[in-house]
Amino acid sequence: MPDTDDRGGPLAATPAQTIGPFFGHALPVPDGGRIAPEGHPDAVTVHGLVRDGAGAPVPDALLEFWQAGPDGGLAGAPGSLRRDGAVFTGFGRVPTDAGGHYAVRTLRPAAAGRSNAAPHLAVCVHARGLLHHLFTRVYFPEHTAAHATDPLLAQLPEERARTLLAHPDGPGRYRFDVQLQQSADGAFEETVFLAFR
Amino acid sequence: MTAPASPAPPPPAPAPYRGAVERHPRRPLLPFDTGTDPDAVELTGPVFGPADVGEWDADLTRQHPGEPLGERITVTGRILDRAGRPVRGQLVEIWQANAAGRYTHRQDRHPAPLDPNFTGVGRCRTDDRGRYAFTTVKPGAYPLPDESSWRPAHIHFSFFGTAFTQRLVTQMYFPGDPLLPYDQILAAVRDPADRHRLIAAFDHALSLPAGPLAYRWDVVLDGPSATWTEEGR
Ligand SMILES: [Fe+3]
Repeated sequence: MPDTDDRGGPLAATPAQTIGPFFGHALPVPDGGRIAPEGHPDAVTVHGLVRDGAGAPVPDALLEFWQAGPDGGLAGAPGSLRRDGAVFTGFGRVPTDAGGHYAVRTLRPAAAGRSNAAPHLAVCVHARGLLHHLFTRVYFPEHTAAHATDPLLAQLPEERARTLLAHPDGPGRYRFDVQLQQSADGAFEETVFLAFR
Repeated sequence: MTAPASPAPPPPAPAPYRGAVERHPRRPLLPFDTGTDPDAVELTGPVFGPADVGEWDADLTRQHPGEPLGERITVTGRILDRAGRPVRGQLVEIWQANAAGRYTHRQDRHPAPLDPNFTGVGRCRTDDRGRYAFTTVKPGAYPLPDESSWRPAHIHFSFFGTAFTQRLVTQMYFPGDPLLPYDQILAAVRDPADRHRLIAAFDHALSLPAGPLAYRWDVVLDGPSATWTEEGR
């Protein structure tokens, strides 16, 4: 069994290691970016680029999404991996392509039972060259009132909060780029990444 | 009898793998205290059912018509949260090189042979006690692409907990591997006790009679979860 610390407190966590370069045949799954049920009239596309600190696209990243449904429910549903296209599981997993681009097709979440929180997608970013995955969030531009009271957004200065907002990008489309590192020329603001306690 | 050889000096510590310098955030991670937001989305996580894994997903030696080359092994263990509670019904995924040290990945340029009977990808769900189990072949060592060091044999693992915050991607190593002290990627874990947590234990009894060589590796997922918070931490 894993050892406890000297005080008999919480077990020591297993450390993370880099995902490495060779996950592409193992972790992506067919239709991993289709979170919305097939043909759903309210489906929207969230897409964007993952860039490094040199401004170069990252072609070997894997993005995972977890979200509430349009009813605010966070129960999820089996079928998160072997997807039948009919059930909303709230989970998506997509690799970036050779140009560093990703896209998911999903339903806009609601924040049911959370009067002060703005709806968002939770994102986990894995990539070769990262020692540990990174957590961030995608908020939607429509919910300006909720943004002002959201437990995360409200504590951020405007230029930092902006990195968590998707931009309108045509009907039913949003653009959300992930900037892994502040670029030296200041052209790209580093995305806010989270440490959950 | 010859005199016992004097013990070899310990190898110099390898330079720890730093990853890609241009990919790490420059800013510190933003602490987010889920105690202030007990309804945070990340305190729950995706659900995986029995149908999410296939019949042969957990046995990497039976995914092709022929037998893969290499030493048969099993790797089993329990997934717990930091309170010691089993993580039940959650997805465990592995990927690894074949017995010769080659990945079935089009960008792996290491000139070791591919094995047509081995893909090196596996999945299973943990049972009611949080246990997972895989049957596979022992992966071979391979050099880093820049040839600055050899990587010890290892299996890449991916775990989901009950909360998205508990997500873990890591690597499992084999006990007694002479390459362990030289590995830059293992050295990226700076605390020796933490490094030890990535090395499986050999189980001789479980390997008998003449079964696959058995390794045990238990895993503790970090990160808060909704149930964790409810119980007052
Ligand atoms: Fe590897």
